[in-house]
Amino acid sequence: MSGANASPIGRSHQEMTPVTFQVWRGSRGEGQFAKYTTEISEGMVVLDAIHKIQAEQANDLGVRWNCKAGKCGSCSAEINGMPRLMCMTRMNELPAGKPVIIEPMKSFPHIRDLVTDVSWNFEVKKKIKKFKPRPPDNPDGSWRVFQEDVDRVQEFRKCIECFLCQDVCHVLREHQLHKEFIGPRFFVYAAALEMHPLDIENRVEELAKAKGIGYCNITKCCTAVCPENIKITDNAIIPLKERVVDELYNPIRRLFRIFKSKEG
Amino acid sequence: MPEYPTFEYDVLVIGAGGAGLRAAIEASAAGVRVGLICKSLLGKAHTVMAEGGIAAALSTTDSRDNWKVHFADTMRGGQYINNWRMAELHAKEAPACVRELEAWGAVFDRTTDGKILQRNFGGHKFPRLAHVGDRTGLEMIRTLQDHGIHQGIEVHMECTVVSLLKDGERVAGAFGYERERGHFLLFKAKAIVLATGGVGRAYKITSNSWEYTGDGQALAYNAGADLQDMEFVQFHPTGMIWPPSVAGILVTEGVRGEGGVLRNSVGKRFMFDDIPDAYKAQTADNELEGWEYCQGNKTARRPPELLTRDHVARCIMREVKAGRGSPHGGVYLDIAWIKEKLPNAAEHIKRKLPSMYHQFKQLADIDITTTPMEVGPTTHYIMGGVRVHAETQMSTVPGLFAAGECGAGLHGANRLGGNSLSDLLVFGKRAGRYAAEFAKQHPPGRINEDQLQSVARWALQPFERGALRESNAEGPYRIQHELQDKMQDLVGIVRTEAEMMRALDEITSLRERASRVGVEGNREYNTGWHTALDLANLLTVSEAITRAAIERKESRGGHFREDYPDKVKNVGELNIVIRRGRDGEMQIVREKIPEMPGELKQVIEEQR
Ligand SMILES: Cc1cc2nc3c(=O)[nH]c(=O)nc-3n(C[C@H](O)[C@H](O)[C@H](O)COP(=O)(O)OP(=O)(O)OC[C@H]3O[C@@H](n4cnc5c(N)ncnc54)[C@H](O)[C@@H]3O)c2cc1C
Ligand code: SF4
Ligand code: SF4
Ligand code: FES
Repeated sequence: MSGANASPIGRSHQEMTPVTFQVWRGSRGEGQFAKYTTEISEGMVVLDAIHKIQAEQANDLGVRWNCKAGKCGSCSAEINGMPRLMCMTRMNELPAGKPVIIEPMKSFPHIRDLVTDVSWNFEVKKKIKKFKPRPPDNPDGSWRVFQEDVDRVQEFRKCIECFLCQDVCHVLREHQLHKEFIGPRFFVYAAALEMHPLDIENRVEELAKAKGIGYCNITKCCTAVCPENIKITDNAIIPLKERVVDELYNPIRRLFRIFKSKEG
Repeated sequence: MPEYPTFEYDVLVIGAGGAGLRAAIEASAAGVRVGLICKSLLGKAHTVMAEGGIAAALSTTDSRDNWKVHFADTMRGGQYINNWRMAELHAKEAPACVRELEAWGAVFDRTTDGKILQRNFGGHKFPRLAHVGDRTGLEMIRTLQDHGIHQGIEVHMECTVVSLLKDGERVAGAFGYERERGHFLLFKAKAIVLATGGVGRAYKITSNSWEYTGDGQALAYNAGADLQDMEFVQFHPTGMIWPPSVAGILVTEGVRGEGGVLRNSVGKRFMFDDIPDAYKAQTADNELEGWEYCQGNKTARRPPELLTRDHVARCIMREVKAGRGSPHGGVYLDIAWIKEKLPNAAEHIKRKLPSMYHQFKQLADIDITTTPMEVGPTTHYIMGGVRVHAETQMSTVPGLFAAGECGAGLHGANRLGGNSLSDLLVFGKRAGRYAAEFAKQHPPGRINEDQLQSVARWALQPFERGALRESNAEGPYRIQHELQDKMQDLVGIVRTEAEMMRALDEITSLRERASRVGVEGNREYNTGWHTALDLANLLTVSEAITRAAIERKESRGGHFREDYPDKVKNVGELNIVIRRGRDGEMQIVREKIPEMPGELKQVIEEQR
């Protein structure tokens, strides 16, 4: 019946189990939970269930996604109260027999359904001083850099900008200090720049003043939710805090550092 | 008439993946006013998903590599219907483009002597892919994004262009909507760069996201530009197949580059069974040699798993059809076996392929360091797209440029892995430069109010039908899913005339149904509405793919015809071009490929 390409992929017969979802529906903060029941099969993730609901019961359900593989950081939401990527949350990890509660992130202004206004993050990034490399080591414009020198920075550069860490951080979530505090994502970003073996810019003073690193009291909630397993607190924030102390409050160390340039 | 919020630019770039960002950076560096539009948030475009690496003859890992070898590899992979001038520019300019990324902060994996490390990939003679583990695309898009935001480019995130606007022959602007509120926006521009990516959403099993609905190809076609090579769709041999909800998600070729092998259900490495003549001289004929190649032995030839994607995909189909497939209809991809060769293989795999490790662990409960993966072909990339001038990237419509996956030419009948990311850099940069030049030389065009009004009216019709709850109104997702099923079955990896004729009928009837699509709700972030509007583009590119595929009566690269299983010399001298006829019908034109200059022919001979 079907064509030359009819392969069994994606067509196998499957056991289906009905699961109930409570999905936050509404606009600009106003709204309520809507209840949907849909059939779940082996291996499905929460995003699949949302798509199924969207295709079958609620065509206009607002949700962001792109890669469906934990690579783009679009599908952030709160699943049973936990900030997570919907595409990387397997249905079989959630308690069976109970409704699954899905809400938008809370630290950002609500737009519609599961979609929030994360534009603040993009504005914050623009204000961090950009990458500034030392002059190239070689005539073709390249540098000599060893793997050991970049391991640390590569950890930070795994960030997919899902903003789940921003969502969970109490400084933003409860205290709403978006004007004084850039949040864990941008400490990771600043750390990637500050510890970049080629970078010769200095961001320590701004981190202490305009970026509010002092507000962080090392609760490590951000690290706990990071889908890329970046050790945000231990590897990015604490070393940056140390630099702030060193450079701003210890003049001799500061001079020493300038001489050693940024071996970071 | 209603007033729409209006933005005026010298250069408008549509699409913020690698190609669009690179074009925008280049245009703004040329001192013109640049706007950049994308359907998702910044940094979420498809480019972010690329895994394996960027192909460029940097020769940091193997000093024998140079542009000539890269050029010859690209032409061989594309089976010589590539635009040879583009292939030449690409091979020559890619290394500088990669170094430029490093100067903007990209952090590539390193060689032991402190240079950019390059890895092996299918169809590349030498290790040529600059990479960062298996998340190269993320590194690339983030580098361009973080550089671009300091260049004064005005970014419109979550905006979708639904039509290009013309003034006579040339482009004058674009019309679209922003997703958040659903308001229409008008963009006036002296030059426009299309960088909208591919068409994977036309198929059921795909590695592509919702964004890939062929918008750029359809926008260009509707504006009167030529499309070319649309029959060449790349089915990547290794997509996930189980569980069903993840079917299609890509398993990077990097797995095979690191020594992963393909086996059938009886444990045989079937890729040794069929090595095409053009590749015999460069392909290992025993397992040991293949492994040594992956370990960097320069005298060894590459394992047959690293033959071109079209060929590997067909070999997998062959095994499955012959009843030697895995339980879920694919074959096995095994990297775990390298523990026989390496002392700390598990650690090595996790370090070299971290996202593959996590992807399988989290989505399929499989530990790839101990267990083979089940894989099968997935719709991945389109070689065809907007026909452009090799050097400037301008389409056949003055002022309209195209770069990246939505353009055509570089890859011919089959793209080599890694050649897309380099394509984005080389031709994104060129498109940006020449678009800026065009903008400096031309006054703004006039916007045709009538055209605006009719597009706006068309875009709102789905609401009218939804609100009336017309009994025959169709849901947008249903039609999309049916189209995907049909394209997968009838215009997939293996094609025949009869099935493709059926596909045309199906497309016609789906188009009729699409004209009755209704959506509920209001205009705020209404994904049903967005899907309804994207349908028109999906149908246009599906039709173009099918018509071009019917026209090419031979098998070449990504295009395989069961009824014409061989290459045909005189067909191989043609590109198939699609354009919109005067009465809106789709025209198919055969264009002869210009003769390659002697120097390039010689390069190819030297590299045989
Ligand atoms: C999983 C995966 C892995 C890959 N790995 C590799 C690899 O290792 N090496 C390699 O070379 N290639 C790889 N590729 C291919 C490569 O990533 C893509 O071909 C490439 O990123 C396309 O880039 P682009 O700039 O052309 O388009 P994209 O990055 O897709 O960007 C398209 C942009 O256009 C926007 N857009 C689309 N339509 C509209 C519209 N109507 N209005 C406004 N904006 C619009 C989108 O929002 C988006 O911003 C991979 C692809 C996939 C899917
Ligand atoms: S460790 Fe600091 S940044 Fe992270 S959540 Fe706690 S307070 Fe916020
Ligand atoms: S640091 Fe982790 S949690 Fe925060 S945005 Fe990046 S990937 Fe997401
Ligand atoms: S869709 Fe990309 S991270 Fe979930």
